[in-house]
Amino acid sequence: MNTPASLPLAVAAETTTVGNPWVNILIFGLFVAVTLVVVLRASKNNKTAADYYAGGRSFTGGQNGTAIAGDYLSAASFLGIVGAIAVNGYDGFLYSIGFLVAWLVALLLVAELLRNTGKFTMADVLSFRLRQRPVRIAAAITTLAVCLFYLLAQMAGAGALVSLLLGISDRMGQSLVIVVVGALMILYVLVGGMKGTTWVQIIKACLLIAGAFIMTVWVLAMYGFNLSQLLGDAVATAGGNEALLNPGLKYGVSDTSKLDFISLALALVLGTAGLPHVLMRFYTVPTAKEARRSVVWAIWLIGAFYLFTLVLGYGAGALIGPERIASAPGGVNSAAPLLAFELGGSLLLGIISAVAFATILAVVAGLTITAAASFSHDIYANVIAKGKTTPEKEVKVARRTVLVIGVLAILGGIGAQGQNVAFLVALAFAVAASANLPTILFSLFWKRFTTQGAVWSMYGGLGAALLLIVFSPVMSGAETSMIPTADFSWFPLSNPGLVSIPLAFLLGWLGTVLDKGREDTRIQAEMEVRSLTGVGAEKATSH
Amino acid sequence: MGHQPAAGEGVAVDVDFRDIQGTERFRRLRRTHRSFVFPMAVFFIVWYFLYVLLAAYAPEFMSIKVFGNVNIGVLMGLLQFVSTFVITAAYVSFANKRLDPQAEAIRDELEAEIQGAAK
Repeated sequence: MNTPASLPLAVAAETTTVGNPWVNILIFGLFVAVTLVVVLRASKNNKTAADYYAGGRSFTGGQNGTAIAGDYLSAASFLGIVGAIAVNGYDGFLYSIGFLVAWLVALLLVAELLRNTGKFTMADVLSFRLRQRPVRIAAAITTLAVCLFYLLAQMAGAGALVSLLLGISDRMGQSLVIVVVGALMILYVLVGGMKGTTWVQIIKACLLIAGAFIMTVWVLAMYGFNLSQLLGDAVATAGGNEALLNPGLKYGVSDTSKLDFISLALALVLGTAGLPHVLMRFYTVPTAKEARRSVVWAIWLIGAFYLFTLVLGYGAGALIGPERIASAPGGVNSAAPLLAFELGGSLLLGIISAVAFATILAVVAGLTITAAASFSHDIYANVIAKGKTTPEKEVKVARRTVLVIGVLAILGGIGAQGQNVAFLVALAFAVAASANLPTILFSLFWKRFTTQGAVWSMYGGLGAALLLIVFSPVMSGAETSMIPTADFSWFPLSNPGLVSIPLAFLLGWLGTVLDKGREDTRIQAEMEVRSLTGVGAEKATSH
Repeated sequence: MGHQPAAGEGVAVDVDFRDIQGTERFRRLRRTHRSFVFPMAVFFIVWYFLYVLLAAYAPEFMSIKVFGNVNIGVLMGLLQFVSTFVITAAYVSFANKRLDPQAEAIRDELEAEIQGAAK
């Protein structure tokens, strides 16, 4: 069903570019220039490790909450979910709901307690009352694994965007743009540290939410603010496919796919509170009360945004149609930019694409600083140098790690082009929920929990999740696999959460009850008292 | 054991936190905290999975139209948003009224004690 308004787009799609590439580049360049100035200004006060890793702990709850939203609303949320709803209809909506409800785990069980007991990284909390070395190493390894998975997804999103916007459809050109994105990200993180990164995320969150809000109101206005009419038109554009509005279009086809749906739902709801780059944000505020405030801000902003994605997804379905989205350069991930072009032509497309680029850049920066902090603070300072190092040396190591991770992300991003980014992020969530969350919850709430339980749970959860992904249809044996030509898959689900998350909880329990040793009750008492009261918690650094 | 207080620069090492952990007022704080967050966590997980399981195994029910093209599935999805916002607001008001005063009282006393011992 072609409406007259969509004709210019069809013409544009033939030349594999949409809108004017120079407008896109100009708006994106403007964003980079503004944020670079902000980063440079923010970096003037980067003196200590607390400055570099935790932004001096001087952000307010509102600022940090906005930055969390900026960190969390990745390209996956924007490009991936809108595309998933446009093409798979109702089943794409699950991503929005799972990503939001998950914040209740962080709010009720993790954020404040973590802020009160830790310093810079997730490993600070996990190793607080257990044996330092083994637990720190395990926590650092799971942190690096989750960050790398998440980075891959972001870089794949960058590639998809580029192919659509700049008309660069060959792999060489796309790879070149991924290199540029990677280099910019390294620059932000090297210069700005956590403070600079946080400001980039705040700016980006405001732009992204404002952009999505405008598009949502625009789409709704076209349908007289009548949701029912919008849904009806989405069905009509898809050739009268009523199934678009009902659950099951993607996940309802067989018993296996239904289990896959449940597995995805479990990974989404338990993943958030185990994401290292989200956890690290709680250290950038001065108190637990501000940490609580940040989560509340984040929940309101993120919730509002995901409500917009429902309208945008069905809007893209109604105005452009699933078939044309799927065949556009960039595939499913291009639904949101295509919708922007449909609504506001080149200018809105340019703005929305620049926002999507900024999104990728900011999330990638947040992930990189988390991974670098984890390596230098947990592995270098506490394990290799055994605590005998200076904060200056630690920051220096962190900066070098940024370079290494930047290069890894660029290479991985070049390899992961063409996958749905929401789906890739869901895998990162599954790894986080399996490897991190059980140990976080056990060490905060279970007195008897021991080092052996923590190590079994973290390595077991991480290993199981990775192994099941490798032997799933994601890697091989299907047309959409990363290696479509080979078939070594035996695990039927594409998301491992349903098996690996319960297994990690079980291993944490089993490792503890089989552990003959007991942990120091004195330190357990210290951790519990501190987590609930905030005694001796790290304060803000003042300048 | 090789434990270094990970973030404990503010706390003198000779305070035995087991004494505080055993006091009635700390146990009351812990009870207050857990009596809210545990049931609430169970509730939202069950409510979320009720939604997920209905979507997976009762698509006919979720497809029943309520008004126009809006079906039970869309409404239940939107209710997940509403419940998340309500739980968030409820927790904040609970924490501000019931948790913070108790935690502050214990913290202030303890920090005064630690400072006194350091002199």
